[in-house]
Amino acid sequence: MVAKQLSVFIENRQGRLGEVLSVLKENKVNILSLSLADTTEYGLLRLIVNDPALGKDKLAEDGFSTMLTDVLVINISHEAGSLQDLLSFLAENGINIEYMYGLSIDGQEAYVVLKASDLKKADEMLAKKGVKTLSSEQISAL
Amino acid sequence: MIWNETKEQMSRDEMTALQSKRLVKLVDYVYHNVEFYRKKMQAIGLLPSDIKGIEDIVKLPFTTKDDLRDNYPFGLFATPQSQIVRVHASSGTTGKATVVGYTRRDLDVWSECVARCLTMAGVGKDDIIQIAYGYGLFTGGLGAHSGAEKIGAMVVPMSTGNSKKLTTMMVDFGATAIACTPSYLLHIAEVLEQEGMINDIKLKCAICGAEPWTEKMHKDIEERLHIKAYDIYGLSEVMGPGVACDCDFHKGLHVCEDHFYPEIIDSATMLPQKDGELGELVFTTLTKEGLPLIRYRTKDLTSIDRTPCECGRTSARISRFKGRVDDMLIIRGVNVFPSQVEAALVEVDEVSPHYMMVVDRVNNLDTLEVQVEINPQYFTDEIRGLESLNKKITHVLSQALGINPKVKIVEPQTLVRSQGKAVHVIDNRKLY
Repeated sequence: MVAKQLSVFIENRQGRLGEVLSVLKENKVNILSLSLADTTEYGLLRLIVNDPALGKDKLAEDGFSTMLTDVLVINISHEAGSLQDLLSFLAENGINIEYMYGLSIDGQEAYVVLKASDLKKADEMLAKKGVKTLSSEQISAL
Repeated sequence: MIWNETKEQMSRDEMTALQSKRLVKLVDYVYHNVEFYRKKMQAIGLLPSDIKGIEDIVKLPFTTKDDLRDNYPFGLFATPQSQIVRVHASSGTTGKATVVGYTRRDLDVWSECVARCLTMAGVGKDDIIQIAYGYGLFTGGLGAHSGAEKIGAMVVPMSTGNSKKLTTMMVDFGATAIACTPSYLLHIAEVLEQEGMINDIKLKCAICGAEPWTEKMHKDIEERLHIKAYDIYGLSEVMGPGVACDCDFHKGLHVCEDHFYPEIIDSATMLPQKDGELGELVFTTLTKEGLPLIRYRTKDLTSIDRTPCECGRTSARISRFKGRVDDMLIIRGVNVFPSQVEAALVEVDEVSPHYMMVVDRVNNLDTLEVQVEINPQYFTDEIRGLESLNKKITHVLSQALGINPKVKIVEPQTLVRSQGKAVHVIDNRKLY
């Protein structure tokens, strides 16, 4: 299942990340996971939140460039080597990973948030294999 | 040394008489050969016969860079194309270049003027001079080159872009003179210092121009390289480098006023200013055949001094430039108008037309950063998508401007919006 990631463009200016977070706080948008990709000039903040659409709207109102991107939130077992197994599986099926980051809940369950070259195919492959992926609705309920 | 004692040491009366004679001839020439001027004169009921001497110049209409653009490419040429032996071009205020044409005689006059300037700086036939202005459509390289050849100096046509080769040859050839932009020369000084070659050079003078420079830069160049530095001025519309140059006394730049008649006007009222008063410099090309210009507004701010100079020359001198009337920037010797950036960005869908130019000087080289706002609908959350957009904008801008800017993508709605006179430029160089 595909989930929505909230992406925000931020310039490398002091306090800018804090401003994004305060907009989310005011609107009670809860962050479950995040990744910050940075260059010398700007950063891309990628978030898994309980309400991505609300987060996008509120940030856009404040002038931020935002977008919702389809990603896979994939369940993996909380043990050494599980991520390696997942990646091998995807590689064998010709799927390139563009970026990924982790998401862990209560130290019990582990997930990776993953953006891949062919997301639909990856989703199907994983479903066939019986790997659990989360939808945005399921994420909201966490 | 004075290259042309007859012309450079004329009495004021003789000069005025010569200028009067040449202006009368020029006005008659443009009236009959350039439709643009004929129409302009007819519109104000002026006949060539109304111009009897240089004092009548105030009756004539002005010419601007926009007039050159509107008549692109050859509309203001006064001779058939077969008489033109060369063209040069500089940036226009928007997409189109300003094209200038020269007859064979124009080129002779040009090299004569450059020869006067180089002689003023002490360059003679025994010198080895490196010309490190760009060769090509820009007038700097070929203009300085022909004047140096006329003097009989040994000319090394370096052009720009390879500082290592330039410094190596400077030492190996024993170059005694160099012509380049002042900021580039400071960069060269730095390279020489870093390579430990600063004491191996035989350089004695530098003829610097194509961009404004401060008294401090002048002092810096002279002290670091142990040379004398001279300021050469020109603009392609009028001719190119060699319109004016300063002498050993550095009390303003001597104008080759038998060829280029200088006036200072108040840009608001368009009325002539008295000698010594600050205003916009205006030139009339008294002898040009290919592209003669009447009262061309340079947009450069200066004042004029017609008293004789201690060097023995009697020619009028213009003071060190005090700024510009318009928003033109000179970056690495290249004329850049903010309007060019705006016109280029309109072509790129992914960004909004709002922009900010930040000009600076880092290690003596000019830098230009152009900040653009990404258009929210084209936003991508992939670094490589943003990087390829950055490359695309850089390419579009460098094609339009002739220099490579650094492009910085900023958040939407963060750049200043046009509210009347918007500020699109931050120039940190403090050149004036």
